Amino acid sequence: MLRIGKLPIAVFALFIIAFPWIAHKIPPIENYTDIMIFAGIYCLITLGLSLLMGYAGQISIGHAAFYGIGAYTSAILTANYGFNPWLCMFFGMIVTAAVAVLVGAPSLKLRGHYLAMATLAFGIIVYIVFNEETAWTGGPDGMTGIPGLSLLGFAFDSVDRYYYLVWIFVFAAFIFTANLIQSDTGRALRAIHASETAAGAMGVDISGHKLLVFVYSAVLASLAGSLYAHYLNFINPSTFDLFFSIKLLIMIALGGMYNLWGAIIGAGLITFLSYEWLHYFEEFEVIVYGAILLLVTIFLPKGLAGTPEIVKTWFRK
Amino acid sequence: MNFIGEDNILEVNRVNMAFGGLMALSYLSFKVKRGMIKAVIGPNGAGKTTLFNIITGSFPPTEGSIIFKGMPVERLKAHKIAHRGISRTFQTVELFDNMTVLENVMLGCHTCIRTSFLASGLRLPMARKKEAQIREKAMKILKFIGLADKFKDPADSLPLGEQKILEIGRALAGDPELICLDEPAAGLNETETYVASSLIRAINAKGITVLLVEHDMKVIMNISDEIVVLNYGQKIAEGSPREIQNNARVIEAYLGSGS
Repeated sequence: MLRIGKLPIAVFALFIIAFPWIAHKIPPIENYTDIMIFAGIYCLITLGLSLLMGYAGQISIGHAAFYGIGAYTSAILTANYGFNPWLCMFFGMIVTAAVAVLVGAPSLKLRGHYLAMATLAFGIIVYIVFNEETAWTGGPDGMTGIPGLSLLGFAFDSVDRYYYLVWIFVFAAFIFTANLIQSDTGRALRAIHASETAAGAMGVDISGHKLLVFVYSAVLASLAGSLYAHYLNFINPSTFDLFFSIKLLIMIALGGMYNLWGAIIGAGLITFLSYEWLHYFEEFEVIVYGAILLLVTIFLPKGLAGTPEIVKTWFRK
Repeated sequence: MNFIGEDNILEVNRVNMAFGGLMALSYLSFKVKRGMIKAVIGPNGAGKTTLFNIITGSFPPTEGSIIFKGMPVERLKAHKIAHRGISRTFQTVELFDNMTVLENVMLGCHTCIRTSFLASGLRLPMARKKEAQIREKAMKILKFIGLADKFKDPADSLPLGEQKILEIGRALAGDPELICLDEPAAGLNETETYVASSLIRAINAKGITVLLVEHDMKVIMNISDEIVVLNYGQKIAEGSPREIQNNARVIEAYLGSGS
């Protein structure tokens, strides 16, 4: 649960580096690099969320809103005011952090799942704002003309280039999060998860730590939103609706929330399911998600990342 | 007894605690001198654990004050009180069962050595150095409590006796000045009880004041310098073990007036 081995990270890094090259060679999966960009963007969100759910034991049903705040901050400031996109990305993260403190602080002072309620309401409000504040957000039609990203004259203007950019962010976030888990902060979070009473008595600021993780996960979602906006050059509110928040929870549940790899596996699988493999089901897609969630909670409470453990205990028997 | 200074490290002043209509504690007052082992005894439901929960900040008292090192602490949250220097163990073991023995003690160091969010996430040299310090300190404590060889084991795999000892170790890791032990010998066999009592003595010998709730009279009479007796939330006696043993009200509370 705790140790993140160096070998799996290296293998995974190689896979990510080689992926576009392999995809180009095999015509049926040529478009998979494009999908992997979205998978990477979702990974950024699920990494933070799995820390929040698996370690701090809190549920957020409003991360689509933070994702949206990041995307719209980037979109509005670059498309309407011509600011530097990187600056806007950073600014979006600061705005999101401030909003997350406002939403999280009151509800995280209480024990229980008040954060879930607060974020549910918050997500709906933000979604309405995106739809109704037409002057700023373009309303339901969305916003166009969001510039792409470039750094020192190097433009991330092809699918492959953007792919590597996104996955560099994912790796940075993964390693930062893994370091965090293996530090004093991570121990405090696991302590809170095991026994709030004992953690408090040992000097762990319970609401402070929960808020810290909540803000961290919101900031990662904001970063993901900015990356999304600059990739598609177009956003509209429907991307940031309640269903997306729930989809994020399905990703975490499927991958497993007690292991950072779970965040990656879950985000990757659900992205491919929804972009590629579930088209066959058309509007019944939602039912498939429901079935996945149901089956995972019954048979794999620790998600797919928990299966090696299950197999190990099988062999010991 | 050789007390380090004669000041009172802890003062419980007219503390009242009402749960609905139930008076768990009523106008309870006593003092704990720095460096002593003070025991709180009383029949079941006398309010001992409630008292501990108030001192360590689980909830504030309805009335009254708790003065620790001259400062009122009764309205502070648990983690703030821990940082002031009060640590505790629990009547029913509250170890972090998702961690190893070592990690439990390392978490106990939270009050004295901490790294910032950014430093830990970026794994800055400063954070690594502190992590090594925490580990070293935790190992030292494990050696002191005699669990060093089990440092890698999951905490919940230990037998109850060792779990109780580990809880004491975890409480020690934060360098407390006052340690509150809630029934450290409950559920232990004779050997384990002996180990626990010697450990409490050893802790006290380091200059840490001990406040102790215990049912095992042998332990109480052997190790405590002073005893407070509670019954139905009220103090019915206070004094040395010898005084308490001969106190008529105490005998009555424990055995009933008929005997």
